[in-house]
Amino acid sequence: MIPIEAYRTEAENQWCPGCPNFGIQTALKRALGALDLAPHQVCLVSGIGQAAKTPHYIAANVFNGLHGRSIPAAIGIQMANPRLKTIVTSGDGCIYGEGGNHLLHAFRRNPDITVIVHDNQIYALTKGQGSPTTRRGEKTRMQFDGVAIDPSQMLATAIVHDCTFVARGYAGDLDGLSSILERAIAHRGMSLVDIIQPCITWGNHPIAWYKERAIPIPEDHDPTNRDLAIALALETTASFPIGVLYEKPSRETFGEAYRQKMGSRPLFELPPLDGNVIQSRLELMRIDATSKSPT
Amino acid sequence: MNDLSIFIVGSAGEGIQTVGDVVARTLLRSGINVFTTKEYESRIRGGNSSYRIRAAGPNAPRHDADVILALNPLSAAHYENAASSSCLALGDMSPGSEGIAIPFQALAKEQFGSPLYANSIAAGALGAIIGLSQGILEMVTRERFGKLSEEILALNTKAIALGYDKASALLDNSQAISLESSDRSHTFASVHEVIPLAAAASGCRFMAAYPMSPATGIMTAFAKDPELGVFVEQVEDEIAAINMSLAASAAGARAMTATSGGGFALMTEGVSLAGMTETPLVIVIAQRPGPATGLPTRTAQEDLNFAIYGGHGDFPRAVLAPSNPQSAVKTTIQAFDLAESYQMPVILLTDQFLADSHFSMPELDIPESPVPTGLADPSEIDIYQRYALTENGISPRLALGQSEHLVLVDSDEHTEEGHITEDLDFVRPAMVEKRLEKMRRLKRGIPLPDRYRTEDADTVLIGWGSSRAAVNEAVDLLRKNGASVGSLHFTTVWPLPHLSLDENTDYWMIEGNATGQFARLLQAELGIDIVGKIDRYDGMPIDAASIIAEFTGEASEVVS
Repeated sequence: MIPIEAYRTEAENQWCPGCPNFGIQTALKRALGALDLAPHQVCLVSGIGQAAKTPHYIAANVFNGLHGRSIPAAIGIQMANPRLKTIVTSGDGCIYGEGGNHLLHAFRRNPDITVIVHDNQIYALTKGQGSPTTRRGEKTRMQFDGVAIDPSQMLATAIVHDCTFVARGYAGDLDGLSSILERAIAHRGMSLVDIIQPCITWGNHPIAWYKERAIPIPEDHDPTNRDLAIALALETTASFPIGVLYEKPSRETFGEAYRQKMGSRPLFELPPLDGNVIQSRLELMRIDATSKSPT
Repeated sequence: MNDLSIFIVGSAGEGIQTVGDVVARTLLRSGINVFTTKEYESRIRGGNSSYRIRAAGPNAPRHDADVILALNPLSAAHYENAASSSCLALGDMSPGSEGIAIPFQALAKEQFGSPLYANSIAAGALGAIIGLSQGILEMVTRERFGKLSEEILALNTKAIALGYDKASALLDNSQAISLESSDRSHTFASVHEVIPLAAAASGCRFMAAYPMSPATGIMTAFAKDPELGVFVEQVEDEIAAINMSLAASAAGARAMTATSGGGFALMTEGVSLAGMTETPLVIVIAQRPGPATGLPTRTAQEDLNFAIYGGHGDFPRAVLAPSNPQSAVKTTIQAFDLAESYQMPVILLTDQFLADSHFSMPELDIPESPVPTGLADPSEIDIYQRYALTENGISPRLALGQSEHLVLVDSDEHTEEGHITEDLDFVRPAMVEKRLEKMRRLKRGIPLPDRYRTEDADTVLIGWGSSRAAVNEAVDLLRKNGASVGSLHFTTVWPLPHLSLDENTDYWMIEGNATGQFARLLQAELGIDIVGKIDRYDGMPIDAASIIAEFTGEASEVVS
């Protein structure tokens, strides 16, 4: 158990005062502490947006890359250094919108990473446009007559693709969220946690509206039941079922065979390639003259 | 005789590659220098394509043929215009065509009950025409198809003999070709075959890429040969390719990716990310003609500007353009070394011509582990800052998770530690200067271009990248006709070295694009005035004959 003070950074926080991102930040620190993951054992990866600033506010290794590209970056980092616990923490616009294609293919690859989506259903940093999870009909600073297209259903999509840990959290429920994140990070294989995060500046609903709808998943839910998990994931109108929707032991993770062959070491620790390997390839390219014709 | 140009022509999937490979290897087994190249349509079956062998000549393309071997009549007609004045046509041709008509397919069916033996008959016939030993032809066939059963190998040997006898009988003695064999050994390789080997030797461990002609062979090479130890992943798009490779590099794995111009268009934000995060990354751009999808299977030098300028913002990079397998080994090692040393993206600019051409060389050497690590020793560091300001602009680099030191890699403008900053008074200008200082130092180490026969030249032909052998061949041929010419060849095309050129010399630019991209660069960077430009943009590689035609006749465009 590492106290959350160990994850403090000196960076000036740029979030709006009172933003539920602070709750997510604390829950993530608690989860890391509970798992005894020291800052240097963790790499936080993000794209761009307010949520994507999270890695600057938690002491860890950081890769704060491009908008939408946190997932391929996290996969590259995890492959290069499997000793790191690699965690993506970015927003719904970044992960479901700009980076949606990467998420779809990440489900197929099953990398050993955790993806945390700060799902505030709005583009906040660009001042209030609709996001992939904004509900149809909700008015925004861009969709003045209301969003005219349907929201994406990425949690259900994750389960369809057999992502082996899929959960929904609520930013206002610190204890519940810490526990979900702890389980997600400990899970072997890809884990996805969508966190309902009210936007107090651009959101269409007050925090109380979300709080009423953040209903815990019934305790008797069987997370290995794929059909029920999909049904729960699709339920986002009357309520947001909060908890672990789907969980089962992971299949082989991305790059596992290569990692095993290389002794599960970071690639920078591998010895140089044996020079004979290259020399033997060069020999195959060599064609000697046959001075006389064979019989 | 010297310098024989052979075209083996047919439809995609018909077997020109097989016939060409057997004949090329037989020539090499006879100690004769061989250069081969291919041109083909973007399709899987049908159309017209050619496998071109240049024997006992330079390793440069010729667009005319001394011998045309046709596998079908339509292709025979399609390539008729390529015939040199003394060209001998051979093969499956329309009735009434001039040349030695042998219907390979019909003959194979008749003699062996299967069209599968047509290619061996064709190889035998071509071997006879160009004076190859039948025994070496058979030996090469056995070497190449050693996995087939003895029965099938024996039938192929018979098919070779049949083709050989048929062609010998039909050949008029005045048409006989004889190439001088030798006991020389050759290394026979393409640029895209040696880049993966040089990359693996340079410590490359990771590659994410998306298939795109003509770059695909590089990712395939790692997939086919796991002993090279490079983890390769075919990803969903080029955006994933560059971000995954770059992040792997930030976590300490030496990494590369490869694509063509269209894929590089998707990668450019990632190139800029490598510049901002100061992450080493090697990117191969195998050029093909654009814009957009362009001509997917043809060649060009159209992406020079894109390679140099693609990516938003100011940041250092290097662009290296190899011209043959030896220079590909050298530039690949140099690319990884520069990427490590300067913590920046380095681009290797090849093209379809280099991807699909095989060069003969007396030998090819790839040194063992030629690129030292660019990672710092964490035990020597007290307080770590990924972007610490230093005199040379280069900060000690630790990989993510290399030690207990936390490493912060940030695409935003950042503090020395790596946190987002909006300090416009000090941090922003200091970081811009830091990145540009690397560029200034990089520029000082750039080698001068290679000179060829320039000592007494009053005209110098300038080329870059893949056109090297063709330009030098043109110099030799022009000199034979009394012209006082030489050439200057650039392998490093960005940044350019400090170079001052003789003002009394006329400079001509030879390049594979329509807008004189390198000519403009030389004018802008070095103030070199180009008096004549020879631009090729038809999708075919630059060859000596067309350089000479344009140089001695009217240049396509003369700069006033």
